[in-house]
Amino acid sequence: MKVYFRTIKDLPVDEYFGPGQLTCAGCGPSIAIRWILKAAGSDVIIVNATGCIEVTSTSYPYTAWSVPYLHVAFENAAAAASGAESALKVLRRKGMLDAKAKVIAIAGDGGTYDIGLQALSGMLERGHGVLYVLYDNEAYMNTGIQRSGGTPHFAWTTTSPVGSKLKGKVQRKKDIMSIVIGHHIPYAATANLAYPIDLANKVKTALDYLDEGPAFIHVLAPCPPGWRYPEEMTVEIARLATETGYFPLYEWDHGMIRFNPPSNTHFDKSKRKPITEYLKRQGRFAHLTEENIKEIEKEIDEYWDYLSKLVKTFG
Amino acid sequence: MAVAKALSTREEVVKERVGLTSNYAAAYAVKTVDVDVIAAYPITPQTTIIEKLAEFVANGEIDAEYIPVESEHSALSAVVGAAATGARVFTATSAQGLEFMHEVLYIASGLRLPIVMAAPGRALSAPISIHGDYQDIMSARDSGWVIMIASSAQEVYDSIIMAYRIAEDNRVLLPVMVSYDGFLMSHTTEPVELYHEEYVRKFTPRNLNRPRLDPRKPMTIGVIASPDWYYEIKYQAINALKESKNVIKETHNEFNKAFGTNYDIVEKYMLDDADYVLITYGGASSGNAKEAARRARERGLRAGVLRLRLFRPFPTDEVVSAIKYSKVVAVVDRALSPGNTYEGPVFNDVVSALYNKGINKPVISVVHGISQRTMLSDDFYNLYKKLDEYAKTGEYPRKTIFIGLRGGEA
Ligand SMILES: Cc1ncc(C[n+]2csc(CCOP(=O)(O)OP(=O)(O)O)c2C)c(N)n1
Repeated sequence: MKVYFRTIKDLPVDEYFGPGQLTCAGCGPSIAIRWILKAAGSDVIIVNATGCIEVTSTSYPYTAWSVPYLHVAFENAAAAASGAESALKVLRRKGMLDAKAKVIAIAGDGGTYDIGLQALSGMLERGHGVLYVLYDNEAYMNTGIQRSGGTPHFAWTTTSPVGSKLKGKVQRKKDIMSIVIGHHIPYAATANLAYPIDLANKVKTALDYLDEGPAFIHVLAPCPPGWRYPEEMTVEIARLATETGYFPLYEWDHGMIRFNPPSNTHFDKSKRKPITEYLKRQGRFAHLTEENIKEIEKEIDEYWDYLSKLVKTFG
Repeated sequence: MAVAKALSTREEVVKERVGLTSNYAAAYAVKTVDVDVIAAYPITPQTTIIEKLAEFVANGEIDAEYIPVESEHSALSAVVGAAATGARVFTATSAQGLEFMHEVLYIASGLRLPIVMAAPGRALSAPISIHGDYQDIMSARDSGWVIMIASSAQEVYDSIIMAYRIAEDNRVLLPVMVSYDGFLMSHTTEPVELYHEEYVRKFTPRNLNRPRLDPRKPMTIGVIASPDWYYEIKYQAINALKESKNVIKETHNEFNKAFGTNYDIVEKYMLDDADYVLITYGGASSGNAKEAARRARERGLRAGVLRLRLFRPFPTDEVVSAIKYSKVVAVVDRALSPGNTYEGPVFNDVVSALYNKGINKPVISVVHGISQRTMLSDDFYNLYKKLDEYAKTGEYPRKTIFIGLRGGEA
């Protein structure tokens, strides 16, 4: 990651994601999108999948977007973005367009881990110069909190409810970064809205690489109603996700893996906050037993194990 | 005089006469109109179109971005994205592919995007059939697209050229589908006259002056509309489709002038004094019907054929005025509308057109050629004879006649 912004004051004052959208109070995704657009600037075309961000920001006759914006459907943001990127390329080549615009696809976890995975994979494989941003609120929030492939193990959702037999989501969260990296793209990174400078620098870095091929940023973006916590806690909870090692910050850059602060110290488990700090603040985990928590901890340790192997190989 | 002039125009515009399948004719049309973005996914009987286009792009014969997508859903989505960004686009599909695009068909017309698609018709699964009929096209008919159905490779070539001009007209701004018989046309070689590129390009000027994604003039496309707005926005799109008929006719006229052709949105064959009319669409069905009409005429039956060239918007006035004075009409469908009173989909369109003009006349629903079940001109000849019998007895069938069905009632 190149450093474009050192402090919050370096970020442009311009706002491209306007106020007055219909998101819930404390909406993590909308905070993330605001930072992303600030970092990206005005010369972009946004292609957004159906989901919370789309339905809350484009309520006709209003729009929150002061950059060109296209929404097509839930599962095809990557495909529509492929088309937009190809169009820009050929129109420039034929002298019909002089804009340097870059294409950014934005989709939720449902539109990425599940229904949009095929289109995403196709776009990455074909090498379109598109930045794909996954804002991960870990469930289908737009339709009212249903589990997705991005929902964590044991989390309550309306389709992974807590009952007498089953206690929340039965399966683990899909490792989307590994899937994406498997496409051998130039750049992929995780980011967290609680670390806006890190996020903004990753966006800039990613956009700079688009001439070579696709880039992917996986942003953790908590959701107050879906995760069941008071709305003023979004940033705090997001930060705890990284501080506890649940959501590490790292980059895949041309075949190399690099961990970013504070996650770069977290291979040492003692540097991480206990996972309970993260879990206990969220109603979606309120039913967890000691045993469940132990299992989650074990899974996180396993994941760090896997990450340290990646670092050994690709660091 | 007019004929002489038309002929000389044609001599001037025609570059060469070659043997092409309808699929290749489609690919050549796309090549001639300076397309920007092509996205497609293979499916029989469409595949040879996109293979040919891939070849053109690989050889540098077309300056376009070819997006070899991973599915039909993405094919249409990609051309939606490209068209929204201002590019001239093309895609093609059939059958299951068209079904897989279904969601995006409505989005393309709802977003008012000038997309052109070739769609050789094919039977729908299950059971799997790769063979030709028009069931897939019928499933797409309410999606708000302009739909043309061609009956020769030349017409496929010409229609795709016209389609770009229609789609990109600011009074229309709608996607256009050009359909034709799967296999019977998509894979049959016919002589086609190809035009000099400069004439085609002159006929299809670009319209960059339409709403599109441009950072210098940001615009939000693909919004969510509350119940307070959706209805009106949708109405505008369906109204544009209805009104597009005038632009389509105008385009036909200008095309005829520019290229010395003789297209109309319906084709009338021996209709002026016809008692018995078969209404059909597509190549094999209308070709056989015409042949049968000729034979029926030799034997004293006043037979005629009305072929639908434009299917959506439905040419209500033209259909009704063409059959107004006939005694009996049969609509020969190569598609199914299961569970309806009559199973022929276009039959229902024709009846509603007649009702619209206050005309009550015997119309027979006929289904034929499903999954390319052989259609003989004999079948159509016998149909004319039947229409004559019905007229004489005054007894008309009250259900769809399934021709060529083994073990069926008809
Ligand atoms: C084909 C299809 N299936 C289902 C839906 C309904 N739907 C709209 S948004 C959505 C969930 C979106 O979830 P996610 O991608 O996680 O984004 P979020 O709403 O959480 O921001 C669903 C299921 C749809 N629009 N299209």
